Amino acid sequence: MLNVGKIEEGFVLDHIKAGKSLSIYEHLQLDKLDCTVAIIKNARSEKMGKKDILKVECDINMLDLDVLAFIDHNITVNVIKDGEIVDKKILVLPKQIKNVIKCHNPRCITSIEQELPHIFVLADEEKEIYRCKYCEEKYHEGSKNK
Amino acid sequence: MKHVMSPLDFTTEELTRLFDLANDIEQNPAKYAHACDGKILATCFYEPSTRTRLSFESAMTRLGGRVIGFSDASCSSASKGESVSDTIRIISSYADICAMRHPKEGAPMVASEMSSIPVINAGDGGHQHPTQTLTDLLTIRSMKGRLDNFTIGLCGDLKFGRTVHSLINALVRYENIRFIFISPEELKVPDYIIEMLKAKGIPFEEVIRLEDVMPQLDLLYMTRVQKERFFNEEDYIRLKDFYVLDTTKMALAKEDMLVLHPLPRVNEISVEVDNDPRAAYFKQARYGVYVRMALILTVLDLC
Repeated sequence: MLNVGKIEEGFVLDHIKAGKSLSIYEHLQLDKLDCTVAIIKNARSEKMGKKDILKVECDINMLDLDVLAFIDHNITVNVIKDGEIVDKKILVLPKQIKNVIKCHNPRCITSIEQELPHIFVLADEEKEIYRCKYCEEKYHEGSKNK
Repeated sequence: MKHVMSPLDFTTEELTRLFDLANDIEQNPAKYAHACDGKILATCFYEPSTRTRLSFESAMTRLGGRVIGFSDASCSSASKGESVSDTIRIISSYADICAMRHPKEGAPMVASEMSSIPVINAGDGGHQHPTQTLTDLLTIRSMKGRLDNFTIGLCGDLKFGRTVHSLINALVRYENIRFIFISPEELKVPDYIIEMLKAKGIPFEEVIRLEDVMPQLDLLYMTRVQKERFFNEEDYIRLKDFYVLDTTKMALAKEDMLVLHPLPRVNEISVEVDNDPRAAYFKQARYGVYVRMALILTVLDLC
């Protein structure tokens, strides 16, 4: 059994789908933070069989919950202060995400005007469908840039 | 400030007001002949489109306004690499309203975000063409007297035809509309539209042969099978003559059925049908000017 020590302040992202922790690390841009990060891959889980866990020691306001919710809103976000869990955040699908994924429709204006932001809006909350704000092309999981 | 990106930007109540205004313009053109005196419309067409551009220009001219613009990207700064965002910021200084056509989907929306004048989407690739849909709706309302309680057949290229998708989305907001989709297997209505109709409980049918359903129709919306939508010429040649409306098929239709077509037609409606009183497609082109006149007045807040 691998032991990773407690953190004093920051967050623990639990119940990440096994193998997805590195893409979350990238999307949250944790490489740009000068702080301690523990990436635990394939931890045993009663609920999921295998799961990933991320522990990040940083200011708790630095986490972009919208990006996280878009990637996987089933992730448990434990907020840690003074070594204890002080809050559990519920992730809600964001209404809009900017520059997280790219529109791959070759007919979209974003395909020729490079400076435009890639914005996707939540078109169907129940089916978790996002569409490009400009061309309304449906975002497909297979093309997820994560 | 009101931009027009999609026909669904208007509520059905707003559409009623818009169409009332268009009908009043039709009846009393002199009343509106100077409504846009001193105003300038910029027609920014990044790809050629005779009909849409000229109908916008005709609409503004009939309102007493003036028109500037370009009719091809090669005649604009786009050929030098200028972005849509930059172009519209410049155009905003020159004109009071802009109608934009662009081959790339979403370009008019990008323009609207940077513009200080109203932008009307005059067609963006295969995405939206709101003024065509408004033209279709005005034609139906003016000639049928209503936008509810009818069976409409849509025939031809239902897969790639943006006018068809747009019209379906606009009509589902009215009561008791039944759709009959008439197309070859290769050009059927996309799944997302079928899913939407099922979710809303709107009756529809998909058939192969136009003859089989002619007697049921109150409206027949014909479309062109466009060469540019096909990857190879062989498929195009095989399918283009699949559905041709002629007098034999018209004989099966109701006496008050209307035939609409966004135009241009190639050969999907035989010229012999043109003299049939049920052929509404040339009148439809005239309604295209009235609806654009009403739209210009509405977005400029001059009515």
